[in-house]
Amino acid sequence: MDELIPLLPKLATATYETLYIVALSLVFGGVGGLVLGLGLYTTRPGSLYPNRPVSAVLNILVNVFRPIPFIIFLAAAQPLARLVVGVGIGNSAIIFTLSLAAAFGISRIVEQNLMTVQPGVIEAARSVGASRLRIIGTVVLPEALGPLILGYTFVLVALTDMSAVAGLVGGGGLGTFAIQYGYRQFEPVVTWAAVIVIIVFVQAVQALGNWLARKAFRR
Amino acid sequence: MPLVSLRDVRKTFPSATRGAPPVTAVDGVDLDIEAGEVFGIVGYSGAGKSTLMRLVNGLEPVTSGSITVGGTELNGLPERELRRLRIGIGMIFQQFNLFTSKTVRGNVSYPLRVAGTPRTEIDRRVDELLGFVGLADKAGSHPEQLSGGQKQRVGIARALATSPRLLLADEATSALDPETTHEVLGLLKRVNEELGVTMIVITHEMDVVQTLADKVAVMDGGRVVEQGDVFDVFSAPQQPSSRRFVSTVVRGVPSADEQAVLRARHPGRLVTLSFHDAGSTQAEVFSALSRAGLGFELVFGGVNDIRGRVFGHLTLALTGPDAVVEQALGTLPDGVTVTRLPNGDVRG
Ligand SMILES: Nc1ncnc2c1ncn2[C@@H]1O[C@H](COP(=O)(O)OP(=O)(O)OP(=O)(O)O)[C@@H](O)[C@H]1O
Ligand SMILES: [Mg+2]
Repeated sequence: MDELIPLLPKLATATYETLYIVALSLVFGGVGGLVLGLGLYTTRPGSLYPNRPVSAVLNILVNVFRPIPFIIFLAAAQPLARLVVGVGIGNSAIIFTLSLAAAFGISRIVEQNLMTVQPGVIEAARSVGASRLRIIGTVVLPEALGPLILGYTFVLVALTDMSAVAGLVGGGGLGTFAIQYGYRQFEPVVTWAAVIVIIVFVQAVQALGNWLARKAFRR
Repeated sequence: MPLVSLRDVRKTFPSATRGAPPVTAVDGVDLDIEAGEVFGIVGYSGAGKSTLMRLVNGLEPVTSGSITVGGTELNGLPERELRRLRIGIGMIFQQFNLFTSKTVRGNVSYPLRVAGTPRTEIDRRVDELLGFVGLADKAGSHPEQLSGGQKQRVGIARALATSPRLLLADEATSALDPETTHEVLGLLKRVNEELGVTMIVITHEMDVVQTLADKVAVMDGGRVVEQGDVFDVFSAPQQPSSRRFVSTVVRGVPSADEQAVLRARHPGRLVTLSFHDAGSTQAEVFSALSRAGLGFELVFGGVNDIRGRVFGHLTLALTGPDAVVEQALGTLPDGVTVTRLPNGDVRG
């Protein structure tokens, strides 16, 4: 226990860095995934903008990138990170790569959740003269809001998991903290402290997600 | 000029399985629907009724032919114009299709928002509509808190929000129990009579046609095989396929199977007497049979009232000497059609 006390400020910083990395990745990856997911959903046959070629391209794109293990993706995408955010290492690089990887994963979650929307309600909206764009904004997304919130909660937890390897490219956060001060120094108590912070965080996120989803479902 | 007019309308869908020929859902339909009338469409499942209806508000484009609504040709109309046209055509559905993410008020106001109605006007109009359908106290409820009948009334209020001249109803009461059906039909009748809304009503329920429709079209295999006055089509269908359909909703001449059952249970000659729009003939028929000294028993059939005009098919088992039976049948009043059911053991 004594070895942990002097490290507490570092643990606080690491916690803040994890929150920062995860939050920004959720924003960028979440928006990217939403757009990509809407693309997958709307271009399906019989959907609002059926388009076989576009649908095929999007599907191939998602199927190629989604299964790559994040630790490999992080290394492989480093040149791209350097190109886009200017640096290949540190928190900016990890946020960029995490957002990119998350977007592919989220797109499928979005697509699947949007597919639960009853075709009948879309037909009802079309029958009163609503435009397709309006239908996406005022019918499709609101009707799928409950499952979407649960999907994004799942993603947030997954991002916390993925962010732990940030140390590989010189990023910070709880993963880096646990490896550097716990594992390398043979101090399991320090590692466990990081684990406990992550557990608390994940529990809080899941509880919040469930609560919001329940409000959306009104159940 | 008719409000809705279809000329040689065809709709084919590409087949689901690659290489198979396309599915022809609507196959050369001509229809005219006059302003103010309720036009029923009946027919077996897969006949193309829903597809036909979805062509009328442009949810699907026609493959060929012409559809005009209020004088506007739909074929080739750009999406923008189609959307504007749809604001003037309401639609209600078997499964109600309410927005579960919105309150009753949100559902009913949706078409008004789409139409760009000012906010204050929207609130006033929604209150008015909810009052009309008898749900003034449910504005803040969510759809899952409502019964089936209430949901459909919200559906009707939503469909009427923009004061359309035409209402399309696809099996609007098929998911409701008989009592609720009655209630919703009453509401739809008011929509037609008080608001003067023209309606196209798809149904497989005799009740709906009987209480609502002025005219009816029978569809089979994508074609309209018969159309006309509801009374004429249901009391005396002309085409074999409409006869077959009508016999599923109206008890007419018993089928071969039904005849076999009747013969096993009842001695005597089986005859079906068809009455057509004449109140007094039934009494005349029965007194004629009594005068001839025949025994008779009513074994099958029914009487239908379509907006005050009555028709029916009654199958009687007559007991008495053959000659007397024939003589009595020969003296029945006009307006009664006699069908002699085969006496022999046709089916062994
Ligand atoms: N979007 C579609 N794609 C392919 N085929 C379709 C489509 N919509 C309808 N069909 C086909 O067109 C035919 C007519 O269908 P439709 O739904 O119009 O029949 P219906 O008379 O309304 O039947 P029901 O009483 O069961 O509702 C059917 O063979 C159906 O499979
Ligand atoms: Mg149908």
